[in-house]
Amino acid sequence: MEKMPKWADVVLIPVISLLLAAVISAIVILLIGENPMEALNLMVNGALGSTYGWGYTLYYATNFLFTGLAVAVAAHAGLFNIGGEGQAMIGGLGLALVCLYIPFPHWSIALLVAAVGAGIFGAAWAAIPAYLQAKRGSHIVITTIMFNFIAAAVLNYMLVSVLKPKGAMDPATAKFPESTQLPSLHEILAPIGIEFSKSAPANVTLFVGIAACIVVWGLIWHTPLGHEIRALGKSERGAVYAGISPVRTVMITMLISGALCGLMATNNVMGEAERLVLNATEGAGFIGIAVALMGRNHPFGVFLAAILFGFLYQGGAELALWTNIPSELIVVIQALVILFTGALDNMVRMPIEKIFLAFRKENA
Amino acid sequence: MDFLTLIQVLDSTVRMATPLLLACLAGLFSERAGIFDIGLEGKMLMAAFFSAAVAAVTGNVWLGLLAGIGASMLLSGLHGLASITFRGNQLISGVALNFLASGLTVLIAESWFRQGGRTPSLLTEGRFNGIELPFAIGPSEAEAAGRPLSELIGEANVIQQIWSELISGHSILVYVAALMVPLTWWVLFRTRFGLRLRAVGENPAAVDTAGVSVRGLRFAAIGIAGVLCGIAGAYLATGLQAGFVKEMTSGRGYIALAALIFAKWRPWHALGACLLFGLLQAVALRFQSIQLGGVSIPVQVMDALPYVLTVVILAGFVGKAIPPRAGGQPYVKER
Repeated sequence: MEKMPKWADVVLIPVISLLLAAVISAIVILLIGENPMEALNLMVNGALGSTYGWGYTLYYATNFLFTGLAVAVAAHAGLFNIGGEGQAMIGGLGLALVCLYIPFPHWSIALLVAAVGAGIFGAAWAAIPAYLQAKRGSHIVITTIMFNFIAAAVLNYMLVSVLKPKGAMDPATAKFPESTQLPSLHEILAPIGIEFSKSAPANVTLFVGIAACIVVWGLIWHTPLGHEIRALGKSERGAVYAGISPVRTVMITMLISGALCGLMATNNVMGEAERLVLNATEGAGFIGIAVALMGRNHPFGVFLAAILFGFLYQGGAELALWTNIPSELIVVIQALVILFTGALDNMVRMPIEKIFLAFRKENA
Repeated sequence: MDFLTLIQVLDSTVRMATPLLLACLAGLFSERAGIFDIGLEGKMLMAAFFSAAVAAVTGNVWLGLLAGIGASMLLSGLHGLASITFRGNQLISGVALNFLASGLTVLIAESWFRQGGRTPSLLTEGRFNGIELPFAIGPSEAEAAGRPLSELIGEANVIQQIWSELISGHSILVYVAALMVPLTWWVLFRTRFGLRLRAVGENPAAVDTAGVSVRGLRFAAIGIAGVLCGIAGAYLATGLQAGFVKEMTSGRGYIALAALIFAKWRPWHALGACLLFGLLQAVALRFQSIQLGGVSIPVQVMDALPYVLTVVILAGFVGKAIPPRAGGQPYVKER
């Protein structure tokens, strides 16, 4: 017998966790001498009150879609990919190389090829930890953390010593050629009569992210490979008994996960900055963890959680602009979400299970 | 490179290795008891902020140290609540702690001091200053002679150079960290508590059967880890530097984690690993690039080397790193 209905597990528990995180954040805001209701008001207005705000919210959400999906896919195989940050950095490197050195006639072809480049680089960066986990039993959490730092060093070296144009001061590549510039939401929505802010960075990759959600959903629940991934995640011994090769499945899962992180570069590097800078990922790889936890590793949940975090990031930036609350508040909220939906899951879950059991007994 | 430069780099190595060593030993206690601790970074950062903040306000560095330890212990308690009491995922809890610390420190710093997420610079009383060992050439001799200290040391003989530059002149926390190594070894391998602590990380059910509380031992272990991370953070903000700045741990918690694996969860090896990683940091700090047999090695290689070495060790190509067997698994008491 299940302890509680599915909707409680999928909706009720994340919502309660989120409320807990929100209440504690409100207390933190009170403690630093600001008004939580005003803060919320500012965030909602700043992030959702205009197409400009929406443009930023959706831009951030697109980043988190890719990294959240990456963490979710790995989680289905029982793997905790904490290396999204590094994979996204190296994905950005792959994308920059494609955009800088291959001439493209049209942005759509550029996007396609650049996505392949970014995906391959991201997947390659996940491949070594995956191989070490699968073949040598090294813990993937530790190796992916190490690879984040190695990626930062590689990127630093490439930007400072190799890719920086002659005479430039800041460690960044040259601007990508005009033919690789992606259309923004403004340009996409204008022909169908919707006015969208010109200066907001949301762009066509939002739809790539949504497509990735659908592909991941199909992959996990409607293909043999997805079945193998989930079987491995539930029980390795059971999976082996069913004839599934753990080595092969771990490798493929991590390659997909790394590629998804790499794909993020199509949004933040190609769509927004249009050149590769040092701190392009801005921690989005780690936010993917919160997004996947919040979204219960389901693509639709990830989609909602990504929008939520996009809202938090844009709202947080607005807060920092208009009040004395630094944008680090969002990092605290993010930490609380990870804490409540991830680590303290049982604290929320146990009382709710008890309530449902009590109800069931009464009805029986 | 002359002898004095070498000694100066080694001196800097000791300073850089100290926070790594303290955090590494913290991780050692925690992981030997079966609790993975990714949150070393967060605990250090929290301790760094509160030690600097309290030292800045009260002007007393010892109160600062206490505050740092307290803050770090609080995070340890949260980690214990999540991973021991509620049997949550220890890795996720650690990740959450790191974000919590990285956000809260800036938030509180901004609210208290309004200096862009930093504490005011600490004056002499607010810091752990260098201790001058007997017979060493220190700042007082330099003042008496009216010449810079480095000149005086440069003229001294080799033994005096090693004594004055490398061994003398560190803050008390450096010597505390060094003493922690034999102490950790003794506690873990020569006391009953240590035996039980290691047992709880290998086979908690056996410890439980013997009538010893698994929870109690694990909480004790992460409590010790909290104290050590607290000292490490306080050293960063009040010894190594004069005040807290945003993200000042800059990945040291993860390097300590790497050192812990590199040392295969053993105290004396941890000392070696931390000195090695400290040396890499010291070299990266002093030289922009290193000429080695005509090839110039970029400074980024120094940054990445601790992590690369750890991955190589993890891969099992150079000896195998086997973590405590029950690491990461919450213990469910049989009913």
